[in-house]
Amino acid sequence: MTRDVAIVGYSQRQMKEFDGSPTCVELLVPIFQELWGQTGWTKSDIGFWCSGSSDYLAGRAFSFVSAVDAIGALPPVMESHVEMDAAWALYESWVKIQTGLVDSALVYGFGKSSAGALRRVMSLQMDPYTVTPLWADAVSVAAIQARSGLESGTFDESQMAKVVARSMSDAVSNDSAIRKGATTAEDVLAQPLYADPLRRWDCAPVSDGAAAMIITAADAPGFAKLKGPKAWITGFEHRIEAGALNSRDLKVSESTKSAGAAAGVDGVDLAELHAPFSHQELILKDALGLGDDVRINPSGGALTANPMFTAGLNRIGEAARQVWAGDSQRALAHATSGPALQHNLVLTMEGRS
Amino acid sequence: MTELGTLHAPLQVEFDYTRSLGPTLSGFMTGLKRRQIFGGVLSDGSVAVPPPEYDSKTYDAITELVPVADVGVIQSWAWVPEPVPGQPLDKPFAFAQIVLDGADKPLLHAVAVATAADIQTGMRVRAVWADETVGSITDIRWFEPEGDSPATTPGPEGETVEGIVSPVKLSYDYAASPEESKFFRGLAEGKLIGQRCPVCEKVYVPPRGACPVDGVPTTDEVEVADHGVITTFCIVNVPFAGQQIPIPYVSAYVLLDGADIAFLHLILGIDAADVRMGLRVKAVWKPRDEWGTTIANISHFEPTGEPDADYETYKVHL
Ligand SMILES: [Zn+2]
Repeated sequence: MTRDVAIVGYSQRQMKEFDGSPTCVELLVPIFQELWGQTGWTKSDIGFWCSGSSDYLAGRAFSFVSAVDAIGALPPVMESHVEMDAAWALYESWVKIQTGLVDSALVYGFGKSSAGALRRVMSLQMDPYTVTPLWADAVSVAAIQARSGLESGTFDESQMAKVVARSMSDAVSNDSAIRKGATTAEDVLAQPLYADPLRRWDCAPVSDGAAAMIITAADAPGFAKLKGPKAWITGFEHRIEAGALNSRDLKVSESTKSAGAAAGVDGVDLAELHAPFSHQELILKDALGLGDDVRINPSGGALTANPMFTAGLNRIGEAARQVWAGDSQRALAHATSGPALQHNLVLTMEGRS
Repeated sequence: MTELGTLHAPLQVEFDYTRSLGPTLSGFMTGLKRRQIFGGVLSDGSVAVPPPEYDSKTYDAITELVPVADVGVIQSWAWVPEPVPGQPLDKPFAFAQIVLDGADKPLLHAVAVATAADIQTGMRVRAVWADETVGSITDIRWFEPEGDSPATTPGPEGETVEGIVSPVKLSYDYAASPEESKFFRGLAEGKLIGQRCPVCEKVYVPPRGACPVDGVPTTDEVEVADHGVITTFCIVNVPFAGQQIPIPYVSAYVLLDGADIAFLHLILGIDAADVRMGLRVKAVWKPRDEWGTTIANISHFEPTGEPDADYETYKVHL
């Protein structure tokens, strides 16, 4: 049996260019303050801290250690880090709670993508023997994936344009979205091709940001004093595929399908999908078997702001906000990591009266 | 507080990764060195280039390598309108997945064509080899439309390639935090600026974004003295790459008068063997016309000649 765990706090900042240090301590301090305000908790109520970030993005060794400054770690805290999106830091924390070792966790992620050339830095996640020496950048790899889908008839250009148009239009009401504005599919198709077959709007904007979330077990000592609504986690799974691009069929996502099946997608009325490229939303929607009645990315999604190492956690946070507000009964959130949807995580949550 | 914005500087990070190769990739790289491409035979009998070390379905080691052609068919491609440093070409080109004749799974590599209109899926392309090969994926410079040039003849078998060197160079625009920016701007005026934590009242020099004890922004600015006491130190006797000062020399934590956290600097003007905890030292500034927004404005610290500080006065700052 799993322990009942709820998402009880979430805060984030995202922007085109953050004018500050790559450790993002200046962003994390006010975010943590907001979490204390939302929950009524203090740092002494947190049993475990876990972050997601990468020194390759920061250009600074052990940037995650500097970020611990934002916690105020005296007395010392139990802390961990993943070199992945903070959605996986959330997974580590959820597992830690399941083991019974801790009762609650604060998860955070941060990244200053604008400090370097993001798509070039991302080529360091490729196979270091046969691909990274070619500096195969993230946009090119995604564009190869898009063409596989387009030329096989798995999806078409107008479907991709509709994803972009809906995302940018929905993002109008999201204060922290970076690329937004009422947009039609025709507007999108009128844009020139950039990384043929992708247009610039098919690719998430380079974004900086930080985000944090608090989760707790229902039987945590501080549970009773929590303020605010809760979103209860009903399924939490992740799956990874082989690193070699040529071992995968890029136009489908087997790992998303498998994670979704294990987490249980039945009955979800909303999905926040982490798709940094428009065609990836189509692949994900298909892999999860989401019907047209499921609202997708009302926040605007990653196409309108994609801060590395927090955009996945942001999907979970945005879905939780919808559940907290009573606008979703049962929501799904997805995060991705690695090139061309290599590694995928699915979390489902629900509101309870 | 940050009207001026933060200070920025270009930062280059460089490292040559030296990677040893297992038997599978060693066979692949040894082949490339003599202009022969090898594929790995997977559990289902299909051939993948490059050969994976393990089969992704059965997890068996890939042990059988077979030669494939250096010509093949484009399976999918992406236009690269703005190449980044390190990529095979420095003018627009395509990355493509190329199924080589004799293989089933595609190789990712560059295709040199002038425009996106000059490439399409299904097009046949040929490897363009480097004049000098070393046993690396970059021995293939790129692919080009097949044309009717003669086929490449692989060279004779040579020594086994057991490793590769992957140079990684990354460029960043590195920003100091607002607090660090103030510190560096203070240095440009010959001042040492710290900040006091509003909760524990400790003064941090250099200032940090947050008090690591309390997790709150350190907002109150304080100027501290350019002299203080050595709380602890080490004598550097070991040479290392990039060393700028002749050894032996002393790196010490200097607790400036008015500060609660010591910072690291160089101690000169005293024999290394005579440096001690409690020694009073003062900053030796470079000539004013050499100052910038940098800690290097202070050349080093040297003894003031004052009596040593009593251990009790700095023991909580160790
Ligand atoms: Zn403090």
